[in-house]
Amino acid sequence: MLNTLLTDYTFQTVALGAALLGLVSGVLGSFAVLRRQSLLGDGVSHAALPGVVAAFLMTGSKNTETLLAGALATGLLGTLLITAITRRSRVKFDSALAIVMSVFFGGGLVLLTLSQRIPNANQAGLNRFIYGQASALLQRDVVLMVLCGVVLLSVILLFWKEFKLLCFDPQYATTLGRSTGFWSLLLSFLTVLAIIIGLQTVGVVLMSAMLITPAVAARLWCRQLWSMVTLSAVFGAVSGVIGTAASSLISQLPTGPTIVICVSAIALVSLFIAPGRGILARALNRSRGRARLVMERRGGHGPID
Amino acid sequence: MAPSTEIQIIAVLISTACALPGAFLVLRRMSMMSDAITHTILLGIVLAFFVTGDLSSPLLIAGAAVIGVLTVWLTELLRRSRLVAEDAAIGTVFPLLFSIAIILISRYAGSAHLDTDSVLLGELAFAPFHRLTVFGVDIGARGIYVGAALLLLNVVVIVLFFKEFKVSTFDPVLAAILGISPTIVYYGLMTLVSVTAVGAFESVGSVLVVAFMIAPPATAYLLTDDLKKLLWISAGIGAATGLVGYRLASLWDVSIAGMMALTAGVIFFLAFALAPHRGLISGSLMRRRRRRDFAAYTLILHLYTHGDGTFSEAELAEQLRWTPSQIDRVCHSLIKAGSLTTLDGRYVLTDAGALRCNELTKTLFTPAAPTESPSHG
Repeated sequence: MLNTLLTDYTFQTVALGAALLGLVSGVLGSFAVLRRQSLLGDGVSHAALPGVVAAFLMTGSKNTETLLAGALATGLLGTLLITAITRRSRVKFDSALAIVMSVFFGGGLVLLTLSQRIPNANQAGLNRFIYGQASALLQRDVVLMVLCGVVLLSVILLFWKEFKLLCFDPQYATTLGRSTGFWSLLLSFLTVLAIIIGLQTVGVVLMSAMLITPAVAARLWCRQLWSMVTLSAVFGAVSGVIGTAASSLISQLPTGPTIVICVSAIALVSLFIAPGRGILARALNRSRGRARLVMERRGGHGPID
Repeated sequence: MAPSTEIQIIAVLISTACALPGAFLVLRRMSMMSDAITHTILLGIVLAFFVTGDLSSPLLIAGAAVIGVLTVWLTELLRRSRLVAEDAAIGTVFPLLFSIAIILISRYAGSAHLDTDSVLLGELAFAPFHRLTVFGVDIGARGIYVGAALLLLNVVVIVLFFKEFKVSTFDPVLAAILGISPTIVYYGLMTLVSVTAVGAFESVGSVLVVAFMIAPPATAYLLTDDLKKLLWISAGIGAATGLVGYRLASLWDVSIAGMMALTAGVIFFLAFALAPHRGLISGSLMRRRRRRDFAAYTLILHLYTHGDGTFSEAELAEQLRWTPSQIDRVCHSLIKAGSLTTLDGRYVLTDAGALRCNELTKTLFTPAAPTESPSHG
């Protein structure tokens, strides 16, 4: 059964797409998690909905490229608004994020009801952006993902030093004369792009998990940025492939949620067994320390009580 | 009652009820917890549905509220382990629970009328079709009673425990000293948020509950510093959101809940731009005024302290490193204020200007400590 699956064309396409998505979002997610902006992904993916529908309303086409361009536009607009609100008022990041994502999503629903009124235009093609539909991935969608992925990864590699500095010591970056505002915005834009290409595979709600969870898992194993980013990408890609395989082998198992469960399982296991920082390692360390203390009390000073 | 009246009443009740607990989420910087809870209650509804097999059972609300609190507890657990930051903890827990819910629905509840669409998106226009009947008598739309119960619950809890909520929100340590357990208040608030979210999602959909919980209090936060006023303003904006949103939606024949969320957003951005003291416009006006004052002080103090007190425009441009147009502008306003005049094409301080500089040097350069802070001998 596995053999027939591996040679199946649709499976190959979808698995490749899911793996790419996991890889790219794993890389970008590492930076988001380190910068304490994990939930930005959730906000941006919701903010993309009105863009998708507006692009459809304006052009009348359901081309993936057109719809994703719309999503990119409103996703970026949402990011800029969140930044403007937090910079220019006392409203905090979390509230700004919650407002922008829910209001944009509401706007998207309003536009969706408008689009239903257009004759001969069922919204089947638009709904896949809310819930994601990995099985509907076409070869050209995957080609688009590859292109975006290559661009994203090369920009990250090109400005690796700047992004690293931004994550760990933005004040130092400012004293070096680097414009942190610019790099921070560039990194946010890259994250938006990664989210947009993932939307049609896993949908609005679960896209944030693809960003955060692999990075959270990788953070537990690593102490260096490059190893964390690599491991996070591997976790993302592996979950993408396993999730796709599981959902093709078992009937009525939606791909997006299955991928999320895979990556969450990796994170949960890491939480326990990660060396040094994991729950088991810490418990072991603590009991060793306690044993050593008891030994010292007995051997060195005799019974204290 | 006409269906449109019923829809308006439900819209106002729900959006007002959401705004009240939302105020505390905004103040505690936990707005995104509402997003997590509104998603995971789907799992509670699914599980309770498997137990009862009935979509209108009150057990569904209980199940959803339990899962809402469970979400908060799991997030706290993850954060407490200090292995994961708070925002990442939220973002790890809720997609997992939500994924489990979606898988359960698509595998086991395919035949039931339980679809993710109605939970995530909601449709207020259908609310009048769900009637509440007592002894066979139709006493109105179910949503009205749900909304009224939610509003009443929120008002009663917040009025009764106002002091506890207030102290533990602003000063958890003081709360603990006073014998108010911050943990109990925290989970109490989260239960309130969960119950409100469950009651509201039926009408407006879970994603938009976030808009009604967060946008009105955040708007009020731009307008006041007083918790009581904040709650009143939030409730008022919530009610206005419901009314205006409904009117606009029926005018353009679009999604009511979506239009309500959009209205809440527009009200927020109006406050963001126009709020007195804290808005974008008043803020930038204030910054501009300060910049202008600073330039004027710099210029007259330069004249006052350097040389014989007369400078040509070119000299000022060189010494202050300002552009000629900048110097023109500052000097012009100073001449209008009577601090400066021109003599043979050179700028000279007037007597009033010199007096002003004298005062400025006193206020700006004298250490203020002995006069301003009360001395203790």
